[in-house]
Amino acid sequence: MRYMIIVKGSRDSEAGVMPEEKLIAAMTTYHEELVKSGVLLDVSGLQPSSKGWRIKYSGGKRTVIDGPFTEAKELVAGYTLIQVKSKEEAMEWARRYPNPAADGKEGEIEVRQLFELDDLPPSEAVERFRKLGVGGKE
Amino acid sequence: MTASDTRGAIDAVWRIESARLIAGLTRIVRDLGLAEDLAQDALVAALEQWPEAGVPDNPGAWLMAVAKRRAIDQLRRRTLLERKHEELGRELEAQREMAEADFDAAINDDVGDDLLRLVFTACHPVLSAEARVALTLRLLGGLTTEEIARAFLVPEPTVAQRIVRAKRTLAEARVPFEVPRGEELAARLSSVLEVIYLIFNEGYTATAGDDWVRPALCQEALRLGRIVAGLVVKEPEVHGLVALMEIQASRLGARIGPSGEPVLLFDQDRGRWDQLLIRRGLAALERAEKLGGALGPYTLQAAIAACHARAHTPAETDWERIVALYDALAQIAPSPVVELNRGVAVAMAFGPAAGLEVVDTLTSEPSLEGYHLLPSVRGDLLSKLGRFDEARAEFERAASLTRNARERKLLLARAAACERG
Repeated sequence: MRYMIIVKGSRDSEAGVMPEEKLIAAMTTYHEELVKSGVLLDVSGLQPSSKGWRIKYSGGKRTVIDGPFTEAKELVAGYTLIQVKSKEEAMEWARRYPNPAADGKEGEIEVRQLFELDDLPPSEAVERFRKLGVGGKE
Repeated sequence: MTASDTRGAIDAVWRIESARLIAGLTRIVRDLGLAEDLAQDALVAALEQWPEAGVPDNPGAWLMAVAKRRAIDQLRRRTLLERKHEELGRELEAQREMAEADFDAAINDDVGDDLLRLVFTACHPVLSAEARVALTLRLLGGLTTEEIARAFLVPEPTVAQRIVRAKRTLAEARVPFEVPRGEELAARLSSVLEVIYLIFNEGYTATAGDDWVRPALCQEALRLGRIVAGLVVKEPEVHGLVALMEIQASRLGARIGPSGEPVLLFDQDRGRWDQLLIRRGLAALERAEKLGGALGPYTLQAAIAACHARAHTPAETDWERIVALYDALAQIAPSPVVELNRGVAVAMAFGPAAGLEVVDTLTSEPSLEGYHLLPSVRGDLLSKLGRFDEARAEFERAASLTRNARERKLLLARAAACERG
């Protein structure tokens, strides 16, 4: 089973403020633990939404909206992808995740299980999606 | 939290913490069996207390503290008993005090070294391969005896016996709890890698039973490989093995057809290969190659797997490079199985006749006598050369040799196809 630990955005992450040394150290230690336990698959941080954009759909119409976006907490600032044996194991690792916000500030992470393509009902479109070679297979 | 939630949480903590716990305890009590018992006692205490009190913030330290108390109690009891022999009394007391100091150090110490000691002990050559596999899955993987039994399709008491005997053998042989040094390291490390790859292969091509693959076992081996790679970062072959397993595991989803039948490499839908694992595998291969020195057998096999992973179609595969890599592999780790694979590569690079020439040198090889892949490969090459009668006989022979039901069906289908020419 694969789970994604999603780090929510904050005012700092949106301002492009690099986390302080102490937080970087905590994050590094945590991810070292994941590596030592053989469960880390992938990890990455995302640049502020000011460097991104959204596309809104309304019927056939598309509108591009440039960042930055407000509501930092609705934004994703980074993710950690892990491979575990059970939901409980994912929960235990998530529980150990350091507060992604600097000293005493409020931070938030969200944990989601990845679909394996075998979870989807068979259809021609799903078959074609498989051919893209993305999506987990276990 | 409900009781079953807590039970699940405790299982998860055990999976994450048990190896380190047992490793730390073994260093102190110098007895693997006792260390495991102490760790189990701590687990029982957790099962009793956590449903009420909740999972502690640092569950690993909690378990270690409980195990430590039990160990000291035991030591005290032993000391009292032994005091009757007065001359020993004082010495044992000093021992106990030292052990207590050690315990405190163990809680704070970097556990990496202990974990590595545990890896080398569980994979010690004094044990049979079967025992090493069972002990490794149990102590490092945190699997229960029942889970190991299920994975290897053997009765649970058999596995339990294997583990008990293995621990006794280690104690009787007085195997020291340490990381081997110097020249011994290479040989001992290869024993560790062998055990991990055995586990992987049992999952990748189940030698027995109805399922062609058991992905959970592959995942377990991959996890163990990644753990060991994190412990001995400077050894190229560890990264080579991880690379090999990552790339092979990337094909797990493509190796099984809709009704559970095996799909061979050439027939696989390469779009179903897991690109994340391929990327990880290629990165691990690069790490192995960057560490320098002559490429070892796992790194060479990973390099071969990487040739397949990089090719979008079988036709795009760099077969000449694969032949060269097999030549190198045959130099450092010659074996009839390597030669067989080299034959397949030669056939792809230079035609089925050239491949058959290599493969035919193996027909009188005693170690391949019961090996179904030899007739299977010969059958394939013969059918490509239009020699269908001979091909059919080979496929039928291969089918009679495999113990895997799915594979047998596939081979019989190929035999039947020869009938039609």
